[in-house]
Amino acid sequence: MTWLRLAFANLGLSPLTSAVNVLLMTLGTASIVLLLLAGSQVSDTMSRDAKGIDLVLGAKGSPVQLVLSAVYHADVPPGNIPLAAAERWANDPRIARAVPLSLGDSYRGFRIVGTSAEITDVYGAELASGRPWTQTMEAVVGAAVAESASLEVGSQFAGAHGLGDGGHIHEYRPYRVVGVLAPTGSVVDRLILTSLDSVWDLHAGDHSHDDKAHDHADDEHSHGGEAHDHEDHDQSSAEKGHDHAEHDHSHGDEPHDHAGDDHSHGDEAHDHADHDASNGDDAHDHDHDRSRSEITAMLLSYRTPMAAATMPRQVNADPDLQAAAPAVEVSRVLQLIGIGLDGLEAFAWILIVTAGLSVFAALYGSLHSRRRDLATLRCLGATRSELLMSMLLEGLLLSIIGVALGFAAGHVAMEVLGGWLESARGVALTGWVWLPIETALLLGLFAVGAVAAVIPAVQAYRTDPARTLSEN
Amino acid sequence: MAVIGPSGCGKTTFLHLLAGLLRPAGGTIRLMGQDLSELRGAALDRYRGRHIGLVFQQFHLMRALNVRGNLQLAAKLARCSVSNDDLDALCRRLGLDGLEHHKPSMLSQGQAQRVAIARALVHRPPIIMADEPTSALDDDNARQVIDLLKETAAAADAALLVVTHDQRVRGLLDSELELRAPA
Repeated sequence: MTWLRLAFANLGLSPLTSAVNVLLMTLGTASIVLLLLAGSQVSDTMSRDAKGIDLVLGAKGSPVQLVLSAVYHADVPPGNIPLAAAERWANDPRIARAVPLSLGDSYRGFRIVGTSAEITDVYGAELASGRPWTQTMEAVVGAAVAESASLEVGSQFAGAHGLGDGGHIHEYRPYRVVGVLAPTGSVVDRLILTSLDSVWDLHAGDHSHDDKAHDHADDEHSHGGEAHDHEDHDQSSAEKGHDHAEHDHSHGDEPHDHAGDDHSHGDEAHDHADHDASNGDDAHDHDHDRSRSEITAMLLSYRTPMAAATMPRQVNADPDLQAAAPAVEVSRVLQLIGIGLDGLEAFAWILIVTAGLSVFAALYGSLHSRRRDLATLRCLGATRSELLMSMLLEGLLLSIIGVALGFAAGHVAMEVLGGWLESARGVALTGWVWLPIETALLLGLFAVGAVAAVIPAVQAYRTDPARTLSEN
Repeated sequence: MAVIGPSGCGKTTFLHLLAGLLRPAGGTIRLMGQDLSELRGAALDRYRGRHIGLVFQQFHLMRALNVRGNLQLAAKLARCSVSNDDLDALCRRLGLDGLEHHKPSMLSQGQAQRVAIARALVHRPPIIMADEPTSALDDDNARQVIDLLKETAAAADAALLVVTHDQRVRGLLDSELELRAPA
């Protein structure tokens, strides 16, 4: 027989009351644990995704929106910017790395990002299989994309216009998967990466593939009746041994069109083998007029921290551009999230306090019916301190059971919620982590029951056995 | 020994003084050669637990514990090691075998009284004190309880002190001390 067993047995005398106390403690603890896990992981994920990105160039508008869209791919971008304007800053000696982004299409909810090869350096991503893209319409997919959309090297898919579901599908020009990235735990896992040219090919504004037959300006593709479609276009090009490099591209002043065999280029003739963004070093030549091309954003990394003091202000003076520092915007977003989390956390603490008060009420209320038990224990040889300890133990037990269940429930709920969020929102959260602060929280919450039992325990300590037993 | 007297004469107070639950306003109480006034706090509690077995009129068994748990608790509070075999033997001697796992609420009054007596004996104290053990019993049962107390105390080689106002106890114990209410 131990005091622990006696405490358990005493709690069993009022099973419903004990169960309610445990339930309150469980709910409060689970809520706090869930909020802690979610808040911490969201914060870590946001910081990790923004690591290595000092500044984002984009269209004028909300800097938070720019960062959310360009760094976290969680919002629509505020607009496009001229590539030439962005490149002026990218070539600034204070910049160590510049990664252009061109957004607009998606596949099964995963964003297709026209970019350069350096984007893998930003997120520390490595190929798990395949190779980087070298030509237009070749794509490297993130690990989550590959798993969710069952894509592998050699797979083909057609992007849909827009960043959500329901957009026009570019069936005429499918992408071909040439590489799959290893999981990184960052946002790149959920991206489909390709060259800027690929995106430009599909979204060149007044994009006409053939002056007679094919026009998909604003992505309202209207195909002519002369049997020209993009599938045919690609196939026919291949069949003919069509290679852009073999063309005598003559670039005109007009926005480029690349209507298959009828590329006409003007005097700014260039081939995309020279483009940073094209990622191409092979026979891929293209016909984009870079001076008129637009991108969605550009991710910049400073060569020196000193750049942070001057560059954003200078960029913002440009009428076409906005500079947003992810570190600043992330902290702003986290602050906004934090306000919501604080409210929820306050509610959770109210539950904990309620649980503590409930434990107090239950133990204090039981004192009257247990006065004789306590007096009898003294007669049998129990000391005052042992009575005090036994009452504290009962409160502590209620806490330990409730808190243990609450921690388990909080972590399981986080895992379940994380699974749902990952599939629905692309936010990877897990319940199978233990935060350092949880240890302190665990011990603190254990103490709640003991603290709630202090007054009943002191009353037990003061039990006068002779007087109590004489009351018969 | 029987301590007999009318209600209100101070029998229970006398018992509480002997058990160290109350302190005398004057004089000295020696129990087994120990001056109880020399013991304070936890030391007095431990002395009581180790040397005295108390039987209450209303038994005061722990409701949350079964018969075996009540006996084990008493042994623990007396800082006395009792084996399972010892517990089984005690239960058999008091006719409690088969009831070890019953909660007090499941026991008849007679069974509960025998558990209370077993609890007072489990740690083999040298002194057993019983407070009004027969007041709620009919003649036959009162006699049986006194006989049981005498037998078990004799078997445990313990002194037995029965405090009662029940005149039926007169002559059943070896000696008597009669208390009278103050005039």
